[in-house]
Amino acid sequence: MNGDQSPISDTTIRRLRIMDRSFQALTTGSAWLVLVILAGIIVSLFVGGWQALTEFGPAFLVTDDWNPVTEKFGALVPIYGTLVSSLIALIIAVPISFGIALFLTEVSPHWLRRPIGTAVELLAAIPSIIYGMWGLFVFAPVLSEHVQPWLQETFGDTPWIGALFQGAPLGIGMLPAGFILGIMIIPFITALMRDVFATTPKFLKESAYAMGATHWEVVWNVVLPYTRVGAVGGIFLGLGRALGETMAVTFVIGNTHRFSPSLFEPGNSIASTLANEFTEAVGDMHTSSLIALGLVLFVITFIVLTFAKLLLLGLERRESVKS
Amino acid sequence: MDFRYLRRRTVNIVNLSGSVLATVFGLFWLFWIIWTTLSYGVTAIDWNLFRLDTPAPGGTGGLANAIVGSLIMVGLATAIGTPVGILAGTYLAEYGGRSFVAGTIRFLNDILLSAPSIIIGLFIYELVVIRMGHFSALAGALALAIIMLPVVIRTTEEMLKLVPNPLREAALALGAPRWKMITLVAYRAALSGILTGVLLAIARIAGETAPLLFTALNNQFWSTDLMQPMANLPVVIFQFAMSPYKEWHTLAWAGALLITLSVLALSIVARTLSRKARMEN
Repeated sequence: MNGDQSPISDTTIRRLRIMDRSFQALTTGSAWLVLVILAGIIVSLFVGGWQALTEFGPAFLVTDDWNPVTEKFGALVPIYGTLVSSLIALIIAVPISFGIALFLTEVSPHWLRRPIGTAVELLAAIPSIIYGMWGLFVFAPVLSEHVQPWLQETFGDTPWIGALFQGAPLGIGMLPAGFILGIMIIPFITALMRDVFATTPKFLKESAYAMGATHWEVVWNVVLPYTRVGAVGGIFLGLGRALGETMAVTFVIGNTHRFSPSLFEPGNSIASTLANEFTEAVGDMHTSSLIALGLVLFVITFIVLTFAKLLLLGLERRESVKS
Repeated sequence: MDFRYLRRRTVNIVNLSGSVLATVFGLFWLFWIIWTTLSYGVTAIDWNLFRLDTPAPGGTGGLANAIVGSLIMVGLATAIGTPVGILAGTYLAEYGGRSFVAGTIRFLNDILLSAPSIIIGLFIYELVVIRMGHFSALAGALALAIIMLPVVIRTTEEMLKLVPNPLREAALALGAPRWKMITLVAYRAALSGILTGVLLAIARIAGETAPLLFTALNNQFWSTDLMQPMANLPVVIFQFAMSPYKEWHTLAWAGALLITLSVLALSIVARTLSRKARMEN
């Protein structure tokens, strides 16, 4: 073969190069779409909510009027409902998820880990609306007949806490909404906790066992301190999920804009307000206020999720440096 | 000394039993919810369900238009979301590497993955519905496609990264251009993993209700026109379950059973596939 004579002609090489470039451009463009969509979400929420934001100003966040007739809107009640229901969810989900992750990584026999792990993950696969229907038709009656009267009798007269359990035991309201949210985020927090627990180096755990530590002492004094950052990241990821969960909450929270400190009383969350009122909103100001609510929700979840990701990224970096 | 030992042993046993109880607690709800949908749903399923359209209050009917509408919208969303997601995942795995842009996209993609789906509905409402002047199936499919996108991107990237580099080097050494190496070698090696991601994404959007409320809305009648509102299972379930009519409740439970079964089946198939994919590599 002569040195200057390639078996492939110049035009073929050029064609291949064009194909190569266009394929790379195609993949790059698709990836940039993620940024475009996120930017689009923020811009469109700002544009849609602008009318309400300029009309009410920062007071939008701290007033509790929600009156489509007088066109006075304030987001306090839904914001409060979103935060409180998510807080209840965390109080339930964090210890349970920690328990399940502990069971899956340390306690369970090996043959049982996979089926139980899959079953817990299936909790996340059940659509939100199914949780909602189950909550309204099955869980709420049980709650109002058996659990809530008992809670009222036990804690109703306790100072401070008692105020949380006043009102008619309807089975719908802040407490059931938070409880169902808690069940819904268990699989997310569990999966992350299990994964970060598994990153603990074996030799650390074995050294502790060799010193005579019990299973629990290894988990509490070795695994948890080592994985604390990641576990907190997992909790915040679960919180991010709970904040924006819509359908399940809409079914059971009661959907009223009256403010009440009791967890038994119906309330409202940002997402459930949107689901209930958006398609029926009359007047531009109502629609605009709802979109502004959406913006508030997006900003809150964005901050929580960013924080969660940063914590988890920190753990990942440490892992990759070590290996 | 003995007392301290006893105490440590007791704490250990109590806490480990606590973890067993927590697991039982978690699984308890799974079985209760599945049992509920089964027991209410199975009695509601009959032939009419697949033959008749959604009824007016008090009338008899089925869910035919909603089932077809859901299939159309999920199908269209998959047709849009899958190729874009796979391409974007390819960029992150094959081209982006550790660059700043790739890192940012990866980060924001994870945020989009967990972002509230109702916000996506608002976005599409602003972007499409307002401009068209009315709700439409197309808007619904677009919203679902955006929800599915981050799932596909993430799994595609993860699965491509599992493909061993020598495989890529072998293809390049034979003189294959990069795009041929990726499409003919890397994709093929990661196929079952990528498929898992697509199936998981479909499972996720199949039951999504919130984003459809502001986009596809609902339609009491049979319609396959993409430019018009279209009936779909999740929104029908929502409206029927919130209504005071008994016949509508029954239909809502039938729909709930259909959705739950298909979503659970999809997730289990996806999980089996992904286990296979990981074992292959």
